[in-house]
Amino acid sequence: MAIHQPVDFENNVSRALKDTQLIRNIQSAMDTLVLKRKTVFSDAAEIEKLRALGNSIKTNALGKLPELLQQLEEKCTANGIQVHWAETIPEANQLVLDIMKSHGATRLVKGKSMVSEEMELNAYLQAHGIEALETDLGEFIIQLNNETPAHIIVPAIHKNRDQISKIFHDNIPDAPYTENVDELNAIARQTLRKKFEKADVGLSGVNFAVAETGTLCLVENEGNGRMCTTAPPVHIALMGLEKVIEKLEELPPMLRLLIGSATGQLITTYVNMITSPRKPGEKDGPKEVHLVILDNGRSKIYADPQRRQTLYCIRCGTCLSHCPVYNRIGGHAYGYIYPGPIGKILNPQVEGLEAAGVLATASSLCNACEEVCPVRIPIPELIRRIRNESYSNDPDSAVAGHGYKRNWIESLTWKMWAVANTYPLLNAIGLRILGFLGAKLPKVGPLKHWTRYRKAPEFAPRSLHELVKQIGVDHE
Amino acid sequence: MSKQSRDRIFARLMAGSRQAATQTVTLNPMPAKTYQRAEKIDRLKTLMEAMRTEVHITNASGWVEQLEDILKQREMDSLVYPPQTALGEALESHWEKDAGGLPQLIPYETEIEAFKAKLFTIDAGITTVAGAIADPGALILWPTDKEPRLMSLVPSVHIAVLEADSIYSSFLEAMQAGKWSTKMPTNVVLISGPSKTADIEMTLAFGVHGPRELIVLILES
Repeated sequence: MAIHQPVDFENNVSRALKDTQLIRNIQSAMDTLVLKRKTVFSDAAEIEKLRALGNSIKTNALGKLPELLQQLEEKCTANGIQVHWAETIPEANQLVLDIMKSHGATRLVKGKSMVSEEMELNAYLQAHGIEALETDLGEFIIQLNNETPAHIIVPAIHKNRDQISKIFHDNIPDAPYTENVDELNAIARQTLRKKFEKADVGLSGVNFAVAETGTLCLVENEGNGRMCTTAPPVHIALMGLEKVIEKLEELPPMLRLLIGSATGQLITTYVNMITSPRKPGEKDGPKEVHLVILDNGRSKIYADPQRRQTLYCIRCGTCLSHCPVYNRIGGHAYGYIYPGPIGKILNPQVEGLEAAGVLATASSLCNACEEVCPVRIPIPELIRRIRNESYSNDPDSAVAGHGYKRNWIESLTWKMWAVANTYPLLNAIGLRILGFLGAKLPKVGPLKHWTRYRKAPEFAPRSLHELVKQIGVDHE
Repeated sequence: MSKQSRDRIFARLMAGSRQAATQTVTLNPMPAKTYQRAEKIDRLKTLMEAMRTEVHITNASGWVEQLEDILKQREMDSLVYPPQTALGEALESHWEKDAGGLPQLIPYETEIEAFKAKLFTIDAGITTVAGAIADPGALILWPTDKEPRLMSLVPSVHIAVLEADSIYSSFLEAMQAGKWSTKMPTNVVLISGPSKTADIEMTLAFGVHGPRELIVLILES
C-alpha cells in the first residue's frame, strides 16, 4: 500500500544534524511561533475551555462522519458545487486533470493545500503539460527551488533571506539580487499578478467544510487564496474527508484555535467562506466550483477508535513548532509531507509501518505536542500505539505492516524477563548475573543499534530490592 | 470512477462507524463577549490599526469629503466603484461637481470576462461592507451582484465604507444576528487588514497579493 519508498530516516537525521545553518533557521522561526502563540493564548483557563470545545466539535463531527459527508455533498450539490470522491492519490490527480482538460486549461494557480502536496499534484500536472504554480509566498519560494515544504504552515522556513534572494535571482527572469524582504515580496507580487490574471483554473485547500450550509472555509494572510478562488473561471478545492464539521456556528471557535495555534494571530487577514459558484447576475467569481474529497487511507484509520483521533488534526502545525525533535532536524528529514509529531502518527498509518513506522521512534514522549494541540490529540499515546503495532503479531491489527520489527532476540529477551519477574528467586539470581555480566553484554542485534549513539544500560552490582531489604526505606 | 470510489469510501466509513461506538458529545459553546456601541467602534479601530489598517471615523454627511482628502494624498489615477448603489451615486454626484485632482471613477458594470485586463490596472477600489466584528477586529465583506468580489482584492488600495451601527461584538453574534446558516451567499470574506506575509524569516511584510493598503471609513449616524 505504500506509495513511497521507505524513508531512510537515520541518514536523513544525520544529514540534518550536520546542517548548522538549517538548524539555526528552523530554531529561530520556531521560537517566534511558540512565543506568538503564547501571546494570543495568554488566558490559560479560557484556552483550556476552548481546546475542550475544539476536541468535542471534532469528536462530534467524526462520530457522525458518514452522515455529515453525505449532508455536505447534498448541500454543496444543491448550491451548485460539483463534488468528486477520490479513494486514492492517483484517482484524485486524475480528477483534477480531467477537470482541467474539460476546459482545455493549461494554467493553474494554486493556493496553499497540504492535500495537493500529499498528492504530489504539481509534478503530476507538469508531466501532463500543465503549469501548476504555487502562489503562497513560502510555497512559491520552495517551488522555485524544487523542494517540498519543511513546515505545514511556514513552508520555506528552513531558508533564510540570503538563500531566498539567491533562489529568486537565479530562477526569476530579470529579478535583481536583493536581501530586502519588502523588495523580495514585490518581486513575487509582480511575477504572480500576471499569473492570477491569465490563469484558467484556481486551486485551493479547505480548512473546514461546513455540512449544514455546504460552505468551504479557507484562511490566509496573503490574498492569494482569494485570488485563486475568485479570479480564474474555475475553482477546484481539495480536502481530506476528515475536514467536515457539522454547523456554521462551530467555525468561530475552530478558527480561533486554528489561527492562534498556527500563526499566533487573533484572526488571519482573510477568512473566505465559499458556498457556491457565480450566480446569474453576479459579475465575477468562478463559474464552476469543484470539490475533490480525498480518502487516501483515512477511512481505514477511522475504524479504530484510538487511531481515529489522528483524524482530529486541523493542520495548524503547532506540534511541529513545539517539538524538540522537529526543532533539531527540520521537516525534510521525516521524508514525508507531514513532518513532526503529527507526521509520526499519520504517515505510518497511511503509508504502512514498513515504510514509515520508524518515524514513531523519533520521540522522547515529552508530551509537548499533546499539551499544545488545539483539538487535544493524544499524540504520545498514539506514538506508543504505533511502536507497539511495529512489534504486534495480533492478526486482527489493521495497521499495515504490523509486526514488522518482531525479531527473536527481543521476543526471547522479553519472555525471559517475564518469567524472571514471576519467580522471586529467579529474579534475584538473574539480577546477580546481570550485575556481574551486564557490562559485558555482546553488542549484537537491537543492542548494537541502540548503542551506536547511546551508552549501554549499566547494571548495579546490587539490586534495589537487595538494598531495600538491607537498609530499609527512608520515609522522610 | 468517482461514483464507485464514493461507494467504497462510504462502505468503509459506515463499517468504521459501527465498529467504534459513536460517543454522544455535549458541545459547550464559549460565551461570546458583548460590548457597548462606543466600545465596539473603539475595539475595531484599535485592532485593525494594529494590523496596519487606516481607520477614519466620520459621519454620513461628510464622508465623501474625507474620502477626497484620502485620495488626493495618494495621487491615484483610477478608482473602481459599484454603480447603481447608494455609495456609487454619492460618488458620481460628488465627482460631477468637481473632479479636479481626483482619480478617474471607473464603474464595475460588466462581467469580469470583459473587464479583467482593465481591472488589473486600476489603483484603488471602494466598496461598502455588510458589517464588522469588534473582537477580533474584522470587516464582513458580503459581495453582491452590484458589488462584485474582485474590486476589493485586485487594486492596490481597498477603501471600505462601514456603518457604525453594523458592528457586532463577536463573529458568533454576527452569524446569529444575520441568520447566516439559512442564507450563506456565494462568498463571504472577513478582512482584518491589508494583505501580508511572514514567509521570509518570519518578517512581517505587507501587500503580497491582495491590497497593500486597507482604508476603513466608519460612518457615525
